[in-house]
Amino acid sequence: MRERYEAVIGLEVHAQLLTRSKIFCGCSTRFGAPPNANTCPVCLALPGTLPVLNREVVSAAVRLGLAVGSTISRQSRFARKNYFYPDLPKGYQISQYEQPICLGGAVPVHLDGVARSFALTRIHMEEDAGKLIHQAGRGESLVDFNRTGVPLLEIVSEPDLRSSAEAGAYLKSLRGIVQYLGICDGNMEEGSFRCDANVSVRPVGATELGTKAELKNLNSFRNVQRAIDFEIERQIDVLLHGGAVVQETRLFDATTGATRSMRSKEEAHDYRYFPDPDLLPVTIDEAWIESLRESQPELPEARYRRFVEAYGLSAYDADVLTDSRELGDYFEACVSIHENPKRVANWVQTELLGYLNEGNRSIAESPISAANLAEMLNLLESGVISGKMAKTVFSEMAATGSAAKPIVDRIGTQLTDGDALSPIVCAVLDANPGQVEEFLAGKEKVIGFFVGQIMRQTKGRANPQLVNELLRVELARRKETT
Amino acid sequence: MADERIDLEQIRAIAHLARLRLADDEVEPMRRDINAILGYVDKLNELDTTGVEPMTHVAVERTPMRADEVREQRVIERALGGAPEVSDGSFVVPKVVG
Repeated sequence: MRERYEAVIGLEVHAQLLTRSKIFCGCSTRFGAPPNANTCPVCLALPGTLPVLNREVVSAAVRLGLAVGSTISRQSRFARKNYFYPDLPKGYQISQYEQPICLGGAVPVHLDGVARSFALTRIHMEEDAGKLIHQAGRGESLVDFNRTGVPLLEIVSEPDLRSSAEAGAYLKSLRGIVQYLGICDGNMEEGSFRCDANVSVRPVGATELGTKAELKNLNSFRNVQRAIDFEIERQIDVLLHGGAVVQETRLFDATTGATRSMRSKEEAHDYRYFPDPDLLPVTIDEAWIESLRESQPELPEARYRRFVEAYGLSAYDADVLTDSRELGDYFEACVSIHENPKRVANWVQTELLGYLNEGNRSIAESPISAANLAEMLNLLESGVISGKMAKTVFSEMAATGSAAKPIVDRIGTQLTDGDALSPIVCAVLDANPGQVEEFLAGKEKVIGFFVGQIMRQTKGRANPQLVNELLRVELARRKETT
Repeated sequence: MADERIDLEQIRAIAHLARLRLADDEVEPMRRDINAILGYVDKLNELDTTGVEPMTHVAVERTPMRADEVREQRVIERALGGAPEVSDGSFVVPKVVG
């Protein structure tokens, strides 16, 4: 029964821009300032003030539009979205309605190794609202207008997504693009990259859209997917029981994993959009667009393809390593010193990311610089240290931030001299006659015990293959002589 | 005159959106007034403006822009001073979320 329905999902993303000042006034956008410290007569909506548009906001919108192949409107307009709420001092939000700055475009994604893209409806500029802090147990709220007027880009997808996995892939790709462009930090947990999801279901094969619910409070990639999955099942249940889905806004509760109704259509807002008379049309000339086009950085998709083609990385490795601009830069800095891309890819993904994730750190906070990691890999490649030693050196580099060379100078290089290792091998066998007997009786696994003992005696410096060879030769010799 | 363009229900809806409380005996006069205003503005529609670009401003045609620079304006103490209630540097309002 359930598989007779399909989900239709559209996402609205609000990306907070990394400008220094607000969109319509010179107040700082700095996060974490004391309440209302970043305010002025304009963003407090005092009478007689007028908004003046921040040029960087337009640049950011055009750059994102160019990145996703939108049509850049040579002329766009700001509109007033009217509603009353205490975090909105003017009684309207300045947004764009009929003439947004970007139309169309598409976000490229990789899903199960297949390259696809999801169409965009539009991208527009708007101002953020303030913050309300609800006082527990008191019938009042505190209003902080620091965020009022912080610039946002709203990115609206077409309702072309069919599953939470597609929604997740779309979001991840879009976040990569704004991060690579340097226009937004993409932090979902801190709310600088926010997502609302419009979800409806319909019988497979139907062309008409079902009634949608708008999901809010989705503050992580995982919660976006959980909320969508829950909502799809809920709506199918309603239909299977002969009910009708109500158009409404629903809040996702991360602790229960469920969505619950926030307001239904009866109370839905009538925003009465109209062109803002305080702001004239925004016109963008060709020269400006061209100069922005020329200054575009390499974007995640292009870098992904280059990593596969130029470095021979697997699709999976290329995907992980282009996830953030910083990680891709780190990888390339390593490869410029250590010319074995696959080895760099393995060490970065397994050892480095493993270590960083454990401490919940980003690549920018890595105690091991790209140059230090690459030089360590050079020592490994040339046999100065063994693979096992490399892990020890790595741990010490991570703990101290030191380069590899001083650590290797202290602990010594790999022992690859058979004449030097042979006496240690013999001594270990002599000291453990019981285990030697077991081995000779056919218990091959004991060899691991001997390797361990020799490694301990050489402080891990012995070349493991050589130790293995020497052990087998010596044990074979002893077998003959018994 | 387009007397019936706005009905009483719409008057009540508009009043609610504007957070205006209209007494029952004020609704009908308001409807008449608004319809009269709309009829007056309708006069303009008698002009044929086909092919005429909308004029958005008498002096400038595009919105001026400013550089992305921070200019601090310390007005918050005075702004808070005008508020009915203040706590911890914030404006205090009745709780709005149920």
